[in-house]
Amino acid sequence: MTTIANRQELFGHTPDKNYYTASKGFLSWALTLDHKRIGIMYLIGVSAAFFLAGIFALVLRTELLTGTGVFLSEKQYNQMFTLHGAIMVFAFIIPSIPAALGNFVLPMMLGAKDVAFPRLNLCSFYLWVFGTLFLLIAMLTSGLDTGWTFYAPYSIRTSTAVTYATMGAFILGFSSIFTGLNFLVTVNTMRPPGMGWFQLPLFIWALYATAIIQILATPVLGITLLLLIAERTLHIAIFDPALGGDPVLFQHFFWFYSHPAVYIMILPGMGVISELISVHSRKEIFGYKFIAFSSVAIAFLGFLVWGHHMFTSGQSVVMNMVFSAITFTVAVPSAVKVFNWLGTLYKGSIALTTPMCYALAFILLFGVGGLTGLFLSTISVDRHLHDTYFIVAHFHFVMVGGTLTALLGGLFHWWPKITGRMYNETLGRLSAFLVFSGFNLTFLPQFVMGSRGMMRRYARYDPEFKVFHQWSTFGAFVLGFGVLLAYAVLLYAMKRGKPVAGNPWGAASLEWQSSSPPSFHNFDHKVVMNEPYDFSTQVYDAELDSYVHRRFLEPSKPTTQPQHS
Amino acid sequence: MTATELAESAHDEHAHHSHGEFIAHHFDSAEQQYDSGKLGIWLFLVTEILFFSGLFCAYTLYRSHHPEIFVQASTFLDKRLGGLNTIVLLFSSLTMALAVRSAQLVERKKVIVYLVLTMVCAAVFLGIKAVEYSHKWDEGIFVRAYFNLHEHVGHGISKYLILISVPFLVLLVGSVIAAFTYRSLGKQHLFVFFISLAIMFGGYFLGAVGGKVYMNWKTARDAQLAAASIDHSASTTDEHSSAESHDAATPTTKHVAASDAAVVPKANEDADHGPAHLDQDIGIFFSIYYCMTGLHAFHVIGGMIALSWLLYRSILGHWRADYYGPVDFVGLYWHLVDLIWIFLFPLLYLIN
Repeated sequence: MTTIANRQELFGHTPDKNYYTASKGFLSWALTLDHKRIGIMYLIGVSAAFFLAGIFALVLRTELLTGTGVFLSEKQYNQMFTLHGAIMVFAFIIPSIPAALGNFVLPMMLGAKDVAFPRLNLCSFYLWVFGTLFLLIAMLTSGLDTGWTFYAPYSIRTSTAVTYATMGAFILGFSSIFTGLNFLVTVNTMRPPGMGWFQLPLFIWALYATAIIQILATPVLGITLLLLIAERTLHIAIFDPALGGDPVLFQHFFWFYSHPAVYIMILPGMGVISELISVHSRKEIFGYKFIAFSSVAIAFLGFLVWGHHMFTSGQSVVMNMVFSAITFTVAVPSAVKVFNWLGTLYKGSIALTTPMCYALAFILLFGVGGLTGLFLSTISVDRHLHDTYFIVAHFHFVMVGGTLTALLGGLFHWWPKITGRMYNETLGRLSAFLVFSGFNLTFLPQFVMGSRGMMRRYARYDPEFKVFHQWSTFGAFVLGFGVLLAYAVLLYAMKRGKPVAGNPWGAASLEWQSSSPPSFHNFDHKVVMNEPYDFSTQVYDAELDSYVHRRFLEPSKPTTQPQHS
Repeated sequence: MTATELAESAHDEHAHHSHGEFIAHHFDSAEQQYDSGKLGIWLFLVTEILFFSGLFCAYTLYRSHHPEIFVQASTFLDKRLGGLNTIVLLFSSLTMALAVRSAQLVERKKVIVYLVLTMVCAAVFLGIKAVEYSHKWDEGIFVRAYFNLHEHVGHGISKYLILISVPFLVLLVGSVIAAFTYRSLGKQHLFVFFISLAIMFGGYFLGAVGGKVYMNWKTARDAQLAAASIDHSASTTDEHSSAESHDAATPTTKHVAASDAAVVPKANEDADHGPAHLDQDIGIFFSIYYCMTGLHAFHVIGGMIALSWLLYRSILGHWRADYYGPVDFVGLYWHLVDLIWIFLFPLLYLIN
């Protein structure tokens, strides 16, 4: 018999023996090999980068309030949007879900003690720190005004700190590669006995597909940025048309990475949503294999569509058509996911918890972001919409409406596991509402003004666009406040939240079989294998105020077949 | 099973793990650790190949745009030195494979010998490469923007070669000093380690001196040949430039719009000024040449560092029948470095 004392010890709230009380002092964090601590450090890091770049976004939106400028010069405006983009993309979105949440959750979902290469994991974190430092150095010296895309030949000629910034992006690229490599190996070799590929939680499938892209695409960015640095310092003339080089080659190289990188940003978010939707509607995920394989399909197709960023670069008509057609194809696996999530919700017992609110926001926003992508992959329409606010709105719907809401939803979902404490549900829901409505206020007007010809990256604009810009700016502040509220709710919960035991949601994936917060070795007992979305295995235990696996609660009761005849 | 039993069994598992000395705590077995490492290194090699792929793409693009430049430029590269380097690297792959085999069989001394041989080959490769680079720099063959072909300047040993060799000399002397200091301190394993490093750095000078002797012989021979047949060489130049203009006139369809502007006026100027202008554009070939071989040389240096680490662990006798992964993994990396060179050599040296 499992006594309540046993269960309390194995699954309860553990203030005195968990991963962050296991050892003390700065060095115990700085030199830790524990994936959970590395995940936390990543979370703090990417959140700081996010807030910095978020402040830039608000500065930009304020500047755009009147159309004639508020407090920035045109040059400062160029620097501001470049740094907003570069820091958001390289230092925040790409590492956000995989490196922060993924690091914490992935090994635990596999019932493992750690990732396959803990030292590489720590190395990846420090590379992130150094890479971000380089971006900051670029910002603090002569800034950066190329746009986050570093297009040649302007990036060769500008006097701003392109070399530092590209060095930063290069280092961040290796950080990303190492994370991906680590996850891929971990999933391949460290699954526990009894866990086949189709017993993996879908978050893992998404991270696995992401890791494939990280490994295959990022090195190409690495060499491209190195060549750009060599171009600036040695004038090797590979990208410089003045010396006989080919600037379009840079675009090809850059987008060969950066388009797949879009899927590095969104796929982990999709994985998080698969977990949230299923757990918070207490219903087995609909179409498990379809969702799993659609992740891989997106990863594969993502490599074949980079040319759709270059419809107006003068590449041949045939190439445009091919890239356009393949781009349409990407919509299929994306839609497969959305329909399966809706199928999961159908007749589920939906609990409108904060994670579920964020997940619903994700489906709506990602739906709009994905569908407007079809406008842009239509060549004739893209000729009109290229480099307008329409594209700005489109990719913000995918990256902010998609990845950011997934990150926040995932944080709320796993926060009880990470900290052992529950957040305030009402305020959490309020933050989800503010993020959702603020986001729409910001970016829906941008679709309209983009389709009417408002170009992106312009510091000044005609009066006819003023009303849209003002709505957009207002929305941006609501969005900013929503995000701040979300972080405030989480931080408050960490200090004062109600202590929770192992599995408050009744989720069936393995990470919930640990105590909250988990102990240093993740599990104090041998994990009990079960299907990741079979919620019938989880039974509510009133004494713990948490769910536990049926086997722990009623050991005498047979689960599959009678033990006593 | 009760929870207590479960907890105990988990605990037992920790205690009863037949964890070898070098098996990390989060792995269940030596086999799992080896498999993880193996998959990890293969994935890393994939990223390495993709890292080089950008350069191969750039090479393909410019060669298809300017085939005549590549043909002319490759005549500046010495096939014999490139070929010798190919042989050196191939041989080092053999010794590396033998080192892996010896590590599997836990033959400590053999591992050490084979690793040192591999490291010496790597250093010989760099020595020959240094001679090649410095010779080109003496002739003003730099990347595109600084390309300024002229007669070979300076006699005796090139200042560039001296510049490249200084760090190796410092490392060589440092290793020798360290080796004998440790011997006097009675630390035998560090003596062996540093004396091996000294042998490796000596390999660099073997390559550099050998390459330099060959280069001097070749320069002398070329001067002789040139003096003997001025008429003959003049006629071939004519043939050459007429072939050039023919080349530039016909394949305009091959050029994309972007490069047309660059190519067409150049063809005209060729007719006016002879090969002098073409020499400027050869700079793009050498940009790519330096990027590719330079990046490869960095990988060779990286390999030497990794091999030194292996050597140190080999001297300490770390390898077991179920733990030789690091040798295997570095070996795979080393084969890749070799393989990339096997592609670079024909692509750069054997165009014509």
